Amino acid sequence: MTYSTSGIPIRRYRASLRAIPLHFAAACFTGALITDIAYSQTAEMTWANFSAWLLTAGLLLGGLAVLAGLVDLARGRFRFAGGAALLYVLGNIAVFVVSLFNAFIHSRDAWTSVVPTGLALSVVAFVLMILVAVCGSITERRIAGGY
Amino acid sequence: MTMHSVARHAIPAAVLLASTALLLAGCSGDEPDPGSEIGPNPKLPEQSQYLIPPMHVAKVVGWKDGETPKVASGLKIQALASGLKHPRSVYSLPNGDILAVESVAPPEASAKRPKDLIMGFVQSLATGGSGGGNEASNRITLLRDADGDGVAEVHDVFLDHLNSPFGVVLVGNDLYVANTDAIVRYPYVPGETKITDPGIVLTELPGGPIDHHWTKSLTANEDGSLLYVGVGSNSNITENGIQAEKDRAAIWEVDRQTGRHRIYASGLRNPNGLSIEPQTKALWTVVNERDELGPNLVPDYMTSVKDGAFYGWPYSYYGQNVDPRVMPQRPDMVAKAIAPDYALSSHVAPLGMAFSKGTSLPQDYASGAFVGEHGSWNRNAFNGYKVVFVPFNGGKPDGSPKDVVTGFLDDQEQARGRPVGVALDKSGALLVADDVGNTVWRVSAQ
Repeated sequence: MTYSTSGIPIRRYRASLRAIPLHFAAACFTGALITDIAYSQTAEMTWANFSAWLLTAGLLLGGLAVLAGLVDLARGRFRFAGGAALLYVLGNIAVFVVSLFNAFIHSRDAWTSVVPTGLALSVVAFVLMILVAVCGSITERRIAGGY
Repeated sequence: MTMHSVARHAIPAAVLLASTALLLAGCSGDEPDPGSEIGPNPKLPEQSQYLIPPMHVAKVVGWKDGETPKVASGLKIQALASGLKHPRSVYSLPNGDILAVESVAPPEASAKRPKDLIMGFVQSLATGGSGGGNEASNRITLLRDADGDGVAEVHDVFLDHLNSPFGVVLVGNDLYVANTDAIVRYPYVPGETKITDPGIVLTELPGGPIDHHWTKSLTANEDGSLLYVGVGSNSNITENGIQAEKDRAAIWEVDRQTGRHRIYASGLRNPNGLSIEPQTKALWTVVNERDELGPNLVPDYMTSVKDGAFYGWPYSYYGQNVDPRVMPQRPDMVAKAIAPDYALSSHVAPLGMAFSKGTSLPQDYASGAFVGEHGSWNRNAFNGYKVVFVPFNGGKPDGSPKDVVTGFLDDQEQARGRPVGVALDKSGALLVADDVGNTVWRVSAQ
C-alpha cells in the first residue's frame, strides 16, 4: 500500500489584524477590574473615574477589533475552524456587551457606579476574556494547520 | 469558511445587541405622576438607579414677537425688558429701579470622566447652547420704568465684568453682589444708573476650579446686620469627591461689618431664593435635591432654615432616607438630618423665591411665596417650567401650589423661556427673570 504523504508546508506567518486592538481592549478591561477593586477598597473617586475611562477606551478599541476581525475574515486570516472558533467569536461579543453595560453602570454617580454591579461585571468580563484567550489560541493553532 | 456561515454566526450577535438596546430603552418611560409628592408630607417612591439616566432638556427656541407666557386669571403679563443676556435673577430697589442680574455659568472644570463630556453637552442645551442669547454677560443691568406702563424705558449697564453673579441685596446704601466666588460690596446712590466703584470683597465664597452649583443666592436679616448666602454642592451626590464639598451644600451666615462667616445650616444640596418670611422673620430657601434616583425622587423643596440644622445631603434625604451612593456612609449624620417643610415635586428645579408681602396682585396672592421653577432634565415628562404660588398661613405653607405663570414650553415642548429668579417690584407686581427667553416679565393685576 502506498500512501500519499503531504510535504511539510512552508507557511509565511500571517499576523491577524484584530489582535492589536483586541489586546489593547483586553488590557483596558483588565485595568478597569483593577481600578474597580481599588475603588471598592478606598472609596476614592479617582479610581472609579479611571474605570470609566478604561471601559470607554476598551469599548472603542473593541469596536475597532470587530472591524479588523471582519478584514481578517475576508483575507483568510480567520476561519471558523471548529467549536473553539465559534466560542472565540461569541466570547468576544459577550465581553463587549458586558463591558457596554458596565460602562453605563459606571456612569452612575459615586459608590453604586462600581459596587456591587460594576465590580461584578468587571469580574465577569475578565473571566470571559481568559476563556476567549484560550479559545483564541486553539483557533490560531487550527488555522495555522495544527490541531 | 463561506460568507454564508459568517451570516449564520452574525445572527446571535445581532440578537444580543438588539436585546441590549431593548433593555436600555426599557429603563425609561413609565413615570408615575409626580403630583403625590407636593406638600408637607410627600409620598416618596422606591429608589431606582438607571442604566442610562433620562436627560431630557427642552430645546430652546425663544419668544417670537408678541408671544408671552400665560398667567392665571385676573392677571396680566408684559415684558418689562427683553433682549437681555441670560438674566438669572431680579432685585427691586427701594426707588423702583430693577436690577436684572445677567450671568453665564463659570467655565466647566476639566472632564473627570466620560459622563462629564456628555453632561456638559446636555447642560449647554439647557441654557440655550452656544448660540444666540448666551454671549458673555456677567453684569447687572438697571431697568427703570419711570412712567409706570410696565415697560422699562431705561436699560443701563449698572455693574459690569462680574464673576457669574446671582444674588443681590441692598442694606442701607451698601449694595452686596454675590459673585460665584465672593460677596462684593459697592456704594449705592439712589437714582444713579451706574456704579463705577470697584467694590470691596466682604467674604470669599467657594468657587472653582470645580464649581458645580455656582449660583450664590443672597439676602439679609431683618435688621441688616447679617447676610445669608446659599452655597450649593459641588456635585450631584459626591461624585467629585467629598473633599470638593468643603463648606458647600450650606447656607452661610456672614457678618456684614466684618465679613466673618459661619455655616448657618447644612445638608442643603443647592439652596436658592433665600428670603425672610415677613410674618415670622424666619429665613426660607428653595432647594434643588439630588438626581438619578428615579423620575419622582428626590422632590425639590422649600423650607424654613433652622440655625445649626442639617438637612441630609449627601447622606440622606427627607430625614432618614439613606442615599446608597455615598461612601463612607454616616449613620451619625443621617440620625441628625431633619426633613424640610414643603415638597415642590421632583426635578422642578426651584431657583427663585419671593414672599408676597406688599403685592398688588389679587387677594388670593396676599400671603404666600412665589417660586420660579426652572424645569426638569432628569425625567422624561417635563416638570416645572413655571412660576407657582404657595399660600402661607401663620408663617407656614397652607394649601397646594397654584400655577401663576405657565406657557414657557410651547406645543412641541420646546422652551420659549425658563423662569429663574422672582421678585416684587415697588408697585407690588411680580417680576420673573427668564434666562433662556432673555426677558424680565412683569405680572400685575388685570
